[in-house]
Amino acid sequence: MFPTMTAPTAPARRPILQLVGVRKSFGGFHAVQGIDLDVREGEFLTIVGPSGSGKTTLLRMLAGMDSPSEGNITLHGERINDVPPNKRPTCLVFQSLALFPHKSVGENIAFPLKVKGVDAAARKARALELMAIVRLPETYHDKNVMKCSGGERQRVALARALAYDPEVLFFDEPLSAIDYKLKKTLEKELKDLHRETGKTFIYITHSLEEAMVMSDRIGVMRAGKLVQVGTPEEIYGAPVDRFVCEFVGEVNSIEVTRGADGGWSGVDVSGAFKVQPPQGIAEAGAPDRAFIVIRPEYMRVLGPGESADNRVEGVVYNEYSLGSRIQYQVRVNARDGGEKVMLVELSRARALPAGAEPRVTLGWDATDAFTLRG
Amino acid sequence: MADLTIVQHAEAPREERPARRLSAGALCALPVIGLLALGFAAPLVAILGYSVATPRSFDVFRSFTLENFAALFDPTNTVWLSFLWSCGFALLTVALLAVIAYPIAYGLNRVFGRASAFISVLFVFPLFVSENVRLYGWVLFYIKNGVLDGTLKWLGLNGGPEVLYTPGITLFGMLYTYLPFMLFPMTLGLALVPRDLVDAARDLGAGRLFIWREIELPLAMPGILIGMLLTFVLAIGATAEAKILGGQSIIVISHDIEIAFTYSQNWPAGSALAVLVTFFIGALTLFALSKLDLDRMLGRR
Repeated sequence: MFPTMTAPTAPARRPILQLVGVRKSFGGFHAVQGIDLDVREGEFLTIVGPSGSGKTTLLRMLAGMDSPSEGNITLHGERINDVPPNKRPTCLVFQSLALFPHKSVGENIAFPLKVKGVDAAARKARALELMAIVRLPETYHDKNVMKCSGGERQRVALARALAYDPEVLFFDEPLSAIDYKLKKTLEKELKDLHRETGKTFIYITHSLEEAMVMSDRIGVMRAGKLVQVGTPEEIYGAPVDRFVCEFVGEVNSIEVTRGADGGWSGVDVSGAFKVQPPQGIAEAGAPDRAFIVIRPEYMRVLGPGESADNRVEGVVYNEYSLGSRIQYQVRVNARDGGEKVMLVELSRARALPAGAEPRVTLGWDATDAFTLRG
Repeated sequence: MADLTIVQHAEAPREERPARRLSAGALCALPVIGLLALGFAAPLVAILGYSVATPRSFDVFRSFTLENFAALFDPTNTVWLSFLWSCGFALLTVALLAVIAYPIAYGLNRVFGRASAFISVLFVFPLFVSENVRLYGWVLFYIKNGVLDGTLKWLGLNGGPEVLYTPGITLFGMLYTYLPFMLFPMTLGLALVPRDLVDAARDLGAGRLFIWREIELPLAMPGILIGMLLTFVLAIGATAEAKILGGQSIIVISHDIEIAFTYSQNWPAGSALAVLVTFFIGALTLFALSKLDLDRMLGRR
């Protein structure tokens, strides 16, 4: 069977889970405000957003612990709005993991099998199989689950969810309380596991870094709405608005207005700029406002004779090592006599020499920046 | 070199200090130790002394005999019957209260919401009134021409059932008196069951009954067992219910002890019985506590 191995590169598949106009209100508070989303079978979809953006509420509705106030959730085309969680072929890995403290590792993992009435010997055999899949040693079968370390508990929770054999697995920030190094390991293991099992994973996190590492697609949520859904490359390279753009990473932004002649000039930084027309803004028409957004790694320090579509003069006043890259903070003159800080990231090989003249010229080509609506 | 001498000088007196003076902790504990010795240990020692004194005498600490204990095991003595009544009623009280208190405890945790605090107070409130006063209240309620009987007659009905002064009403009195002692440890036990464990079990396909059996009950067990133990120990020593409501239709063991000390003026006999009962309940409690491994049940070990 090839499909599991080809999963990540396979073309768009039929949707397994569909959300149409899903809303959820608690009293006067609208936690989720109209979400339309098709989850494709076998994909790793991550919903990312700041705390309070409604992502946990969305997940609770998908898992069946809450039902939507409005809209429909369908699984394989069947409406499941009011199907209780124990009747859904879905399983949630809780943020707290929710392991049963009075049961051993093996008993925890085999819990869904016990529910189904599988006999003890078969339960143990399956538990050991799953433990091998999540890389837990066999000797852990009878270990008290509360004696396990944080990373081991993650694996137990994952194995328990897999024992239920769900079609869709949900994850509610299970890695948020794990130290950085272990988190990186577990992220990659989870990604491997996704490929090996071929199941649909829906992951919730506030960390875009986590989302970027693991996901086939990312949905960015803000204030109860899905702002953008796309591959990590799309989210990074073509964010739909400033929120997504800034959520994805540090950016330089320059506010610009379009003059009567059709050219763009800076509002906060003086100068005329060559700009790619922003999406959704008509070329002709009344003067418009927009933001030019340049990621620090696309910003260049221009040497003598080098040219770029746009250039800004500034003074380097700070530098940070980011490991293989170095970030410079450059103060540029803002229009109203104030100052504005721009960020430039250079690889270590192209770093500015020590003791170099702090006065620099920054430059970027119009195609390296994107323009967002003001 | 200079540093070293300073250190030695500084440390030497500090080491001697505990030998000469009590630590602050021991000093603070002194009043409590005194109070316990006087108020808790002294009566027990006196009872122990009396239990081996010459029967029908006050020769405490001056005589030694095991006659009092021998008399308890005499086949003609009826204390074993009282003891059985006490044990049986205590067990019955525990069993019935477990069934009665569980739904209330569940409600206080999961159903009543904001009303929980108020409902808890309602259950605690009777404890502010003396037990005897409350039991006499029930007598007034059930007595012939009392609250129940009188009201029913006034309504032109047949009048209330004649339940007063029966073993049944004794049991009712015990259930009424000891409900809070079962309810609150149980409520606490149920509160220890994390909500997301129940959600997780449900998400993994389990139904209500399965979740209750596999998750809720085992995790609430420490609280439930403590409630049961507390209720049993209190109920086995109960006497007012049998006397006031039961009208001595059954004689409980504490009543026998009381009679020995008061009516028969046989302190050594009463003491021997008290020692025996204390020993029995103590052994039972220790046995139960040794079996009841709280840490393991809470998953800490």
